[in-house]
Amino acid sequence: MKKEKIVVVDYGLGNLYSVQRALEHCGATDVCISSAIDDVINADKLILPGVGAFEDGVRGLNKHGLIEPIKSHALNNKPMLGICLGMQLLATSSEEFGTHFGLDLIPGKVVPIPTECADGNRRKVPFIGWANIPVSGSYGDDDNIILNELSKKQSVYLVHSYYFRPDNDNNIVATYDYQGAIITSVIRSNNIYGFQFHPEKSGEVGLGLLRAFLAL
Amino acid sequence: MNSIKKPIRLIARLDVKGESLIKGVHLEGLRIIGAPQEFAKKYYEQGADELIYIDIVASLYGRSNLADIVARTANEVFVPMTVGGGVRSIEDVGNLLRAGADKIAINTAAVRRPELISEVARKFGSQCMVLSIEAKRHGEGNWEIYTDGGREKSGLDAIEWASKAVSLGAGEILITSIDQEGTRKGFDNELTDTISKLVNVPIIASGGYGQVEHLTEVVNSGADAVAFADALHYGRTTIPDLRRHACEQGFLVRSV
Repeated sequence: MKKEKIVVVDYGLGNLYSVQRALEHCGATDVCISSAIDDVINADKLILPGVGAFEDGVRGLNKHGLIEPIKSHALNNKPMLGICLGMQLLATSSEEFGTHFGLDLIPGKVVPIPTECADGNRRKVPFIGWANIPVSGSYGDDDNIILNELSKKQSVYLVHSYYFRPDNDNNIVATYDYQGAIITSVIRSNNIYGFQFHPEKSGEVGLGLLRAFLAL
Repeated sequence: MNSIKKPIRLIARLDVKGESLIKGVHLEGLRIIGAPQEFAKKYYEQGADELIYIDIVASLYGRSNLADIVARTANEVFVPMTVGGGVRSIEDVGNLLRAGADKIAINTAAVRRPELISEVARKFGSQCMVLSIEAKRHGEGNWEIYTDGGREKSGLDAIEWASKAVSLGAGEILITSIDQEGTRKGFDNELTDTISKLVNVPIIASGGYGQVEHLTEVVNSGADAVAFADALHYGRTTIPDLRRHACEQGFLVRSV
């Protein structure tokens, strides 16, 4: 296990302690939960967790002055992982409760999971549960250990009402099928990863993905 | 026949009293089974999709000491945990989330002050706010809400209450049938069906499992998740067996 400073960004939302606990369980020794700009700037790896509404997320990031530091971490090519709302915040904008602008690190939009199925049945929203997330689309680097982990074809745990639709299919790594709707579950742009699911709550397969991120 | 498979969750439910996992015996008392976190870990390793911890005497004593059990479990169990029993305030919710819970189930305190539901939903999100319903049949097609661990009549109609709670921000409903719990005669399918037709949030059915057909029936009645307690604690079934049966019935389950 590399000796690295992992920072879990605290912007007021999210199950920070669960994420920290899971990272430590995976062997990380220097995991810090922080809202301080210096910690974000000095992090070797950054995790952006988040549970809740997009607008509240953006407000929280702004309140702590974290938008520019997070962007600069990403642009310095350091690994970064957005989880759930954290993944959605990487987008250009979201339609949740009006239009709000995100970090714009991966171009695209956050839109609602449609409640109507093609056959007229209802989809319950939020989606709460487990789904298989087959790897789809092109993602370049075949040796990438996160992608290898995903190819193990086990289910992960998701809770969400909105999902991220990147402008470029190249940024979509994996999706899941929710009663006929194809929902983005993993996105990537070089060093920036997003998991719509909760790796800290997806059992051993989730922990495997966190270990893979830690090993990048 | 709908060809789009319905995803369902298999949940292990652990009722606790003090430091112990217990099981209520229908119309009688309680039986101590053992240490909650040991059972929790066993069910996690067996592949339970989620865990539910309910402190069944907390609201009697006005407080819950569940946080310690939750914190110990959270170090070993990495699937979602719903925790309830005696949760009275935003502070209680915050403490349990910090200890490791993902969702908080509230019954008595919400019945007494429905605004609590909105406050929890606003601060922590609807996905975290599970309405816990303990319901008993009350005449034809009606059910009454019971509070305080299923001991006190509330005079509230369960169906109206479920609908109101969702409009206030509850993101999921945990339905426990007082009539069926511990009987092994099946869940209250009519109650599940009635609530599921009225609200569009996921529903967890709890109370009454005895044989595999009961799982099929309650899912077909609208349950999105099913909680198992004594069937697991007494070893009458296992999570893998339940998963296999659910698969055979055409439901979509987690791949472990």
